[in-house]
Amino acid sequence: MLENIDLSLVNWSRGQFALTAIYHWLFVPLTLGLSFILAFMETIYVRTGDEKWKRITKFWMTLFGINFAIGVATGIILEFEFGTNWSNYSWFVGDIFGAPLAVEGIFAFFLESTFVAVMFFGWNKVSRKFHLASTWLVAVGANLSALWILVANSWMENPVGMVFNPDTARNEMSSFRDVVLNPVAIDKFTHTVTSGFVLASLFVLGISSWYLLRKREQEMATRSILVAGIFGLVSSLAVAMTGDMSARTISKVQPVKFAAMEALYEGRTEAPLTAISILSASGEKMGEKKVYDHKLKIEVPNLLSIMTIGDKGGYVPGLKDLVNGNAEKGILPVAEMMERGKYARQVLTDYKMAKEIGDSASVAALGARFSDSEFTENYFRYLGYSYFDHPWQVIPSVPVTYYSFRVMVGLGFLFIIIFILALFFHRNQVLERHRWFLWLSLCAIPLAYLASELGWIVTEMGRQPWIIQNLMPVHVAVSNISAGAVQTTFWLFALLFTALLIAEVSIMVRQIKNGPKH
Amino acid sequence: MTAMMISHAFLQDYWWLIISLLAGLLVFLMFVQGGQSFIFSLPRNEMQRTMIVNSLGRKWEFTFTTLVTFGGAFFASFPLFYATSFGGAYWVWMAILFSFIIQAVAYEFRSKPSNIFGTRVFDAFLFINGCLGPLLIGTAVATFFTGSDFSLDLFNSVTWGSGWHGLEALLNPVNPILGLAVLFLARVLGLMFLYNTIDDEELGRAISKALIRNAIPFLVFFLSFIALLLAGKGFMADASTGEIALVKYHYLNNLLGNTLTLVLLLGGVVLVLVSLYLGIIRRSRKAIWYAGAGTVPVVMALFFLAGYGDTAFYPSSTDIQSSLTIANASSSHFTLKTMMYVSFAIPFVVAYIWYAWRSITRTRISAEEMKGEEHLY
Ligand code: HDD
Ligand code: HEM
Ligand code: HEM
Repeated sequence: MLENIDLSLVNWSRGQFALTAIYHWLFVPLTLGLSFILAFMETIYVRTGDEKWKRITKFWMTLFGINFAIGVATGIILEFEFGTNWSNYSWFVGDIFGAPLAVEGIFAFFLESTFVAVMFFGWNKVSRKFHLASTWLVAVGANLSALWILVANSWMENPVGMVFNPDTARNEMSSFRDVVLNPVAIDKFTHTVTSGFVLASLFVLGISSWYLLRKREQEMATRSILVAGIFGLVSSLAVAMTGDMSARTISKVQPVKFAAMEALYEGRTEAPLTAISILSASGEKMGEKKVYDHKLKIEVPNLLSIMTIGDKGGYVPGLKDLVNGNAEKGILPVAEMMERGKYARQVLTDYKMAKEIGDSASVAALGARFSDSEFTENYFRYLGYSYFDHPWQVIPSVPVTYYSFRVMVGLGFLFIIIFILALFFHRNQVLERHRWFLWLSLCAIPLAYLASELGWIVTEMGRQPWIIQNLMPVHVAVSNISAGAVQTTFWLFALLFTALLIAEVSIMVRQIKNGPKH
Repeated sequence: MTAMMISHAFLQDYWWLIISLLAGLLVFLMFVQGGQSFIFSLPRNEMQRTMIVNSLGRKWEFTFTTLVTFGGAFFASFPLFYATSFGGAYWVWMAILFSFIIQAVAYEFRSKPSNIFGTRVFDAFLFINGCLGPLLIGTAVATFFTGSDFSLDLFNSVTWGSGWHGLEALLNPVNPILGLAVLFLARVLGLMFLYNTIDDEELGRAISKALIRNAIPFLVFFLSFIALLLAGKGFMADASTGEIALVKYHYLNNLLGNTLTLVLLLGGVVLVLVSLYLGIIRRSRKAIWYAGAGTVPVVMALFFLAGYGDTAFYPSSTDIQSSLTIANASSSHFTLKTMMYVSFAIPFVVAYIWYAWRSITRTRISAEEMKGEEHLY
């Protein structure tokens, strides 16, 4: 397909996608969670008729609106970037990947944008019940947006529900159900939306704490803390649970990513769980990739085996097993997969050539191989490996994956503690006495964003070099344009998004300082 | 009819219909962009500007979301188009995207305190989006008839000939003519929409004057485009071999050969003319509805001309056999079928949008209402 790969093109394209995705993700999780918090607050207002709750709802709604606008602005670019920057990818899997994107537009985005308008402008125009229903529908719409895009993303992590069509040389969907019910999609959706709930709860908790520190709007702040505390505690427990489920699934479908998350090189039984350690280059190398040792390690014996396999005798493969192969455990060396993939690619090219020259006997013979499981199971499934020159190229960046994962998980546990304390202090009405806690809550806002972004870095950097696990490496997916063009748009995006982010934060801070309208 | 009986060709036609419909709705909804393009010229004072911005600001999301859905639907149903056009005509699409990014934040941010750049900058964003959006989208769609400079290899990987990556489309005058037609149409629609929603005498008079001044260029550009299209050559795909050839009067033959297309085009044009009569002569607030009801079928008819009747809808002018048709660029049977079921939800979506829209626009925008509005742009 692409014989002369321009590495700087690939890297600028990756950089641009990463940049725009990271920006989009600065705004999305708050939308996911705050929309529900608004719905809870407005429900209390409608139930009790207490005007104070209405004021509280409206205050948070203003912040929601500011965040929402920029979330939308950064989202549109991602959708079109699949075409502009990953056009080979888009063609190869558009059938499967495009479908959830279209469903998302039809079902989720319209729901969200329609009822957002009612939510903002309808206070004095529609009935209370209709307004409340609209607020709930915004929350449902926002979270449905997340569902469909995550289904698409999960398919890239664990491609299922498709067959390869040699005539078009691409993968075609064979089961929409399998795509939607992909186990990775279920983990990813539950983990991601609950992480958004946690982030939004911390946002509300932190800002409310700031009011308490300033001795302003105490009533609104304490009421908000109650809602955020309950929602946050439930969600943060769910985040830990679904995160654990995600890790388990990864150990099955993306063992290389899993080994990188643990920085595990030598596979073993009775594998310990490393709580934290410092990675230091051992001097040894796998091809051009450094091998890391753990220094200052704090570990829990056997726990990794127990968590992933279910008992301490469970074998967890390390990067060396996965790259060099391990006959005893039935792991094929990557070099062998590359050979098989190259053979499969040759068969495909021969088939295409035979079609071009109209050699119908060869077309029939070669075409039949693509429905023969002997060929598809043992050769064709390794097609993606045919694009590598060296086996070590399948290893992602170990330190990035390892540290990002540790920090995210660590923060996850910190957040659970914060929510427990918030509820405890609220119950005993001593929130204002514990100024250290109010400060901690305020500082937790940026930490929530950090944890959330790191989650994506684990996911996306951990699956390198694949854009679609085992099927298509990133460098094959890229559009055939000049690296200079992508570099230019990269800087334009960086500039524009940064400018807009600064404006957004400044407006947000100002609105918070102004407080709710009286 | 069982699912098995739905032929692949039928599904391809069906999806082209949906794409055409979304395109028609999108062009109609570009009244938002059209209205934005007047943000500096129309209002005589700040209150009038506030009314204009707020009137459009309650609708911009619909246009935006329709654009997003249009993109998603094109991706799912004709992925080869998505890959070829977006990956090739890089600069055009990027320019379009930039103009929509700045729009999305402008409404919410423009009048908020501490917005760093000041209201005028965000107003300029709205103005830029208002002009560039319709102009570039119209120009890009014109290449459906005039062709682009690309070729596809054995594995359908695209190579774009021109280093301008799509911007070269502006050099063929036929393309910007459609772009300008769309721009002036959007402006006409925008004026009619503002006239419909805002209750302000002075502004109303300004709108009426501007309407004439924009209707004329719209008609000139639109009719020139149609004339050039029908009088010129078209990209025809041989029904049995798929071979593409440039054929004289192909679009004209397409039009005359398909009654539905003909009815949509003529009926749509008549409705648009009626709306101009209503808007300019009768000063009716209802003009926007006639204009909308006319715009959608006209755009659909143009898409039908490009896609139906053995035509290449995304032709390559340099490597003609690489041209895309709805047959060679579509998704697999399974995807098209699944997505067809999904598309059955569209009427339901349209219904609730309509309901919600109505429920918040019962009263017209006036200086009075602006003063009481809590969520003011
Ligand atoms: C507030 C944010 C937040 C917090 C506190 C956590 N996560 Fe997380 N995590 C995310 C936000 C996130 C995320 C941004 O939502 C990701 C990125 C992709 C995804 O599926 O969710 C993610 C990804 C992600 C992945 C990779 C999934 C993949 O590659 O597909 C794993 C294994 C975990 N998480 C596990 C955990 C565990 C065990 C946590 C312990 C409490 C945890 N996360 C806390
Ligand atoms: C590459 C991946 C992504 C693409 C292509 C994408 C696309 C988009 C687009 C086009 C919009 C604007 C929609 C509108 O017109 O209203 C949008 C907004 C949104 N997206 Fe994404 N998105 C991506 C990642 C995500 C993820 C991972 C989530 C959630 C888990 C998400 C959730 C949302 C939400 C909730 C909105 C509403 C606006 C807001 O941010 O407040 N998106 N996205
Ligand atoms: C919104 C949150 C997301 C963040 C913060 C994020 C982060 C990243 C990062 C850091 C990279 C660069 C990896 C590298 O090339 O080194 C990347 C690449 C990529 N991500 Fe995401 N991602 C997000 C969501 C998604 C979603 C939902 C999808 C798909 C539906 C997606 C698809 C991709 C693709 C196609 C690439 C480029 C190819 C690649 O490098 O693998 N991302 N993303």
